[in-house]
Amino acid sequence: MEVFSEKLGVFWNGYLGTLQMSLLAAIGALILGGLVAVLRISPLPPLRGVGTAYVTLFRNIPLTVVMFFTAFALPLLGSDASFLKVPVLQSLIKPLGRDLPYFRFATIALTVYTAAFICEALRSGISAVPTGQAEAARSLGLTFGQNLRHIVLPQAWKYAVVPLGSVVIAMIKNSALAASFGVIVTLMGVVDDLVSQQYYDTVPVFLGVVVGYLTMTIPLGLALDAVERSQKKAVQR
Amino acid sequence: MNSVLYDAPGPRTRTMTIVGSLVAIPAIVVAIYFWIYRPLDDAGQFDGKLWGPILNPDNKYFPLVWDRWQAGWLNTLKAAVLSIVASLILGSLLALVRRELRELRRRRFGDRPEPLAGGLRGGVLGARGASRAWVEIARGTPVVTTIYFVFLVLPLWGIDFDDRLWFLVIGLTIYNSVVIGEILRSGMDGLPQGQHEAALAAGLSPWQSSWLVLFPQAFRVMLPAIISQVVVILKDTSLGGIIISYEEALGVTKQMVEAFRGENLAIGIPMYFSIGVMYVLVNYGLSKLAVYIQKRMSERGYKPVAKPGIAVMAEAQGTGGV
Repeated sequence: MEVFSEKLGVFWNGYLGTLQMSLLAAIGALILGGLVAVLRISPLPPLRGVGTAYVTLFRNIPLTVVMFFTAFALPLLGSDASFLKVPVLQSLIKPLGRDLPYFRFATIALTVYTAAFICEALRSGISAVPTGQAEAARSLGLTFGQNLRHIVLPQAWKYAVVPLGSVVIAMIKNSALAASFGVIVTLMGVVDDLVSQQYYDTVPVFLGVVVGYLTMTIPLGLALDAVERSQKKAVQR
Repeated sequence: MNSVLYDAPGPRTRTMTIVGSLVAIPAIVVAIYFWIYRPLDDAGQFDGKLWGPILNPDNKYFPLVWDRWQAGWLNTLKAAVLSIVASLILGSLLALVRRELRELRRRRFGDRPEPLAGGLRGGVLGARGASRAWVEIARGTPVVTTIYFVFLVLPLWGIDFDDRLWFLVIGLTIYNSVVIGEILRSGMDGLPQGQHEAALAAGLSPWQSSWLVLFPQAFRVMLPAIISQVVVILKDTSLGGIIISYEEALGVTKQMVEAFRGENLAIGIPMYFSIGVMYVLVNYGLSKLAVYIQKRMSERGYKPVAKPGIAVMAEAQGTGGV
């Protein structure tokens, strides 16, 4: 147990790294997933095809393979993902600015992978809106844009929030995989650092790591349950 | 096309759709050419030397590569089937036990003498808390962490296996049995209340009602969600290759890429591309099966139940998977 008093800083750094990667990937995936969702519901068949292809690809491929691709293909193509070294962002999130590109690679893989699931969550929200709502809006003379902005999207958001939250929880857990691709500054990387390199006892280290992940996933999960329950109640009323 | 957003198109919209598509298709082709094909070609990734071992049967490496992949997929299948069967059994058990504990919560055990009744009430309370805690911990922890934990810690506790397969299976089962358990439990809770009431009225005990009446229905209603979870398990077996060097499909690919590097052949992109295509084909087939089953069931009159949040999350997991 002495690992906690001696190496608390290592745990904290890993915790922070996981939080930072999750935050970045969540924002990135929301943007990218939103774009893919727009493609998937677009009126033009070829664009819909691109969106569908994207979702089918990333939903059926293991994240591990995606990470291999960012870790192998990007350097081969001569990129170390330095476009992520955005001035303000990299001073806020230190690992982004490192010379070693692994944090950036893993974040890209996580973003691209999660975006497919975000897209599906958004789309399921839109298709959950009762058709009568949009029909009524159209018959009142609202344009496509007005219809989306005032009628469909506000309701779709309500239906999508629980699936979106579930996707984010899954993403936080998925970020643990980054440790296997050279990203030491995540919570899972702490295990390699302390157990494999410094020979601390395995069980206490895992205990710290698991508790770390649980402090992120359980509160989010409970919050989602509460939202789901209150929505169910609102429907029944 | 999404029926919420669009009316049935009129002649003008149809023309615009066709024109728009004619513009979009070349744009997509050009984008693929400049952003994907050109960079890869410039890096020499379409060289026959790199693709030969995978595509050309006359290549000296060809039989070796496909032999390894065959062995790898067999191992993937082994791990996936074992994990799925174990997760289904333990998950069903967990769902039934958690339901039973919830039923017992209301019982005062008045027919037993007092100290024993109190003990039973306390036991039920404790078991409920423990099962809830187990569910939260098992599903809140990344599968990566669970598998690595099982791999490193079980041998310390005297449970060791020669074959790494078992560490992977145990790790995957811990996570997925809980997820499947929760799917089944919410399936049982979502059934019409009358089913349970009728079973009790017919003289069945709560346990018999759960097991004989609710569980079979819940299983059928939740089959699509369970099949999605099977896809997740299949994707997650790939973690075994990365974390604990189990020789499954992705693990052997990684080994081969490293071996080829020894031969001065940087074959990473073709190899990982090929294995990615294989995963997509297998999993896409499985998810099509889920859709087919769902359709057949709604034809038979089973109303689809909204997927519980946990099923959505579990799908997104798919690290290997959700």
